[in-house]
Amino acid sequence: MTNVWAIYKREMRAYFVSPLAYVLYVLFLVVCGVFFNINFSYYTQISHNYMTMMSMRQGMGAPPMPNYTDLVLMGITNVMTFILLFIIPMLSMRLFSEEKKLGTIELLMSYPIRNGEVLAGKFLAALTVFAGMLILTFGYALISANVVPDQTYLKTLIAPYVGVFLLGTAFLSFGIFSSSLTENQIVSGVISFTVLLVLWLISFVNEIQPGVLGNICKEISVYAHFEDFSKGVIDTGHVAYYILFSAFFLFLTLRMLESNK
Amino acid sequence: MIVAENLNKIYGRVTAIADVSFEVEEGEILGFLGPNGAGKTTTMRILTGFLTPTSGKAVIAGYDVQNDSVNARRQIGYLPENTPLYNEMDVLSFLGFAAQIKGIPPGDRAAQIRNTMHETGIEGVATRSLGKLSKGYRQRVGLAQALLGDPKVLILDEPTVGLDPAQIREIREVIKNMAGKRTVILSTHILPEVSMICERVMIINDGRLVAADAVGDLQRRLARSRLIRVLSKAPSDQVSGMLSELDGVSKVECVLVPNEEGVCQLSIETSPDQDLRPMIASQIVNKGWDLYEVRSMDPTLEDIFVDITMGEKKEV
Repeated sequence: MTNVWAIYKREMRAYFVSPLAYVLYVLFLVVCGVFFNINFSYYTQISHNYMTMMSMRQGMGAPPMPNYTDLVLMGITNVMTFILLFIIPMLSMRLFSEEKKLGTIELLMSYPIRNGEVLAGKFLAALTVFAGMLILTFGYALISANVVPDQTYLKTLIAPYVGVFLLGTAFLSFGIFSSSLTENQIVSGVISFTVLLVLWLISFVNEIQPGVLGNICKEISVYAHFEDFSKGVIDTGHVAYYILFSAFFLFLTLRMLESNK
Repeated sequence: MIVAENLNKIYGRVTAIADVSFEVEEGEILGFLGPNGAGKTTTMRILTGFLTPTSGKAVIAGYDVQNDSVNARRQIGYLPENTPLYNEMDVLSFLGFAAQIKGIPPGDRAAQIRNTMHETGIEGVATRSLGKLSKGYRQRVGLAQALLGDPKVLILDEPTVGLDPAQIREIREVIKNMAGKRTVILSTHILPEVSMICERVMIINDGRLVAADAVGDLQRRLARSRLIRVLSKAPSDQVSGMLSELDGVSKVECVLVPNEEGVCQLSIETSPDQDLRPMIASQIVNKGWDLYEVRSMDPTLEDIFVDITMGEKKEV
């Protein structure tokens, strides 16, 4: 355990000594912020329209009120899944590639440490950096607390956030795997971006061509499993999908580390 | 302390090392010599468990480097070729990281780090970033991390490459002082270094061990001829004529020594298995010539090295 901790600390330092973590944080928060802003303006506009409409339709039975959580906050979590396609590969690409390039992997592997401990330390560090990004986006939810009188909406955010976290974890484990494939960080980043993008896009195959193929694609797709979370549902099937996905690629990474010898 | 048995490493069609077997006793300093690409680094990487041999096995302090890898690595301090270091870290935090992974108890870490920093002379750069250190200091930091945890075995891959002469001397002193305390394998292609530091030498060429022996024995055993140098005040043609008729003498060269009238220097090549020095001395004295010096010139390690590594290639 002390070994995992040592690796973890070193990786965290590496993220925050270089500009990398800051750049990714800014990128993530700015893009999320822009979408928050767009969604928020949209929400205020339809709320305004709704009020005007209500005053005109006295006694005719009220249509559903525009829902703040649906329109603003859940919209952002959907956007997040897409931004993570870019952010996570940049976060994970250096983990093993850099060590291979600099040769420090040889030094590290000469210490009495198991491959699994190295992997765990690196993975947890990257996961922490990612979790930090997510936590900072709570800020947007808190800003809205001043505007929206009913605070119960905050509870409905749990499911989408769990979903984004699981999705990010799955992305990260694929990213760390692709980082173990090559000593070139750029190549590693491009591999994980491309593969994750394909896994994201195939969720739409079902819409173009419903049927067996469409269903298979939907089951494999990293995005299709997220949709229920964004509707506020935590389905164990989807949770299991993300956990198995992550475990599978972490296992492959471990095999890569051993086979490189 | 270190046992390697029939190590082979084959990459596709390329054989990096073939059938390498050797043993290193506790407290011994072994020099590992060979031209670039001969398989020194591959062998060392196998010993540290970084590479898996295609066949054969290596045991360090009783632990098999593959089956009991973590325990074997606990006995090793390793300085890889070109000293890879985490460039974004400073010296102190890097050594702290190494100390933690090497399993040094938290209470002892600070003291051990201080000691190794003192031993390798890097106290002055403790807070400097590794990426900004000069080659010499990087090498010392590399040595310092290898020494942390007081390993029984040190494996040093070209520890003096890229250093200036003063630094080389310092690093050599550090290594030399370990004799008896630690078992050291060091690879190099600087030959005088081996004669200076190591008790035993192993020469590898094209992936095969071609010689392994104590430095002195190797020089004697592998010499194809022995050279004797004589200074004498004698008529040059007579003395060379007489000496070349002796049994076992293959060649005699004679040059007059400048500034000393009548003194000539004779270089006599003889067969390596007999010592003709007494015979030569008595012959000259019997003739009534003045004899100043009779000296046996041992071939340098460099001669042997070139002889072995180039000779092999010619035969192939």
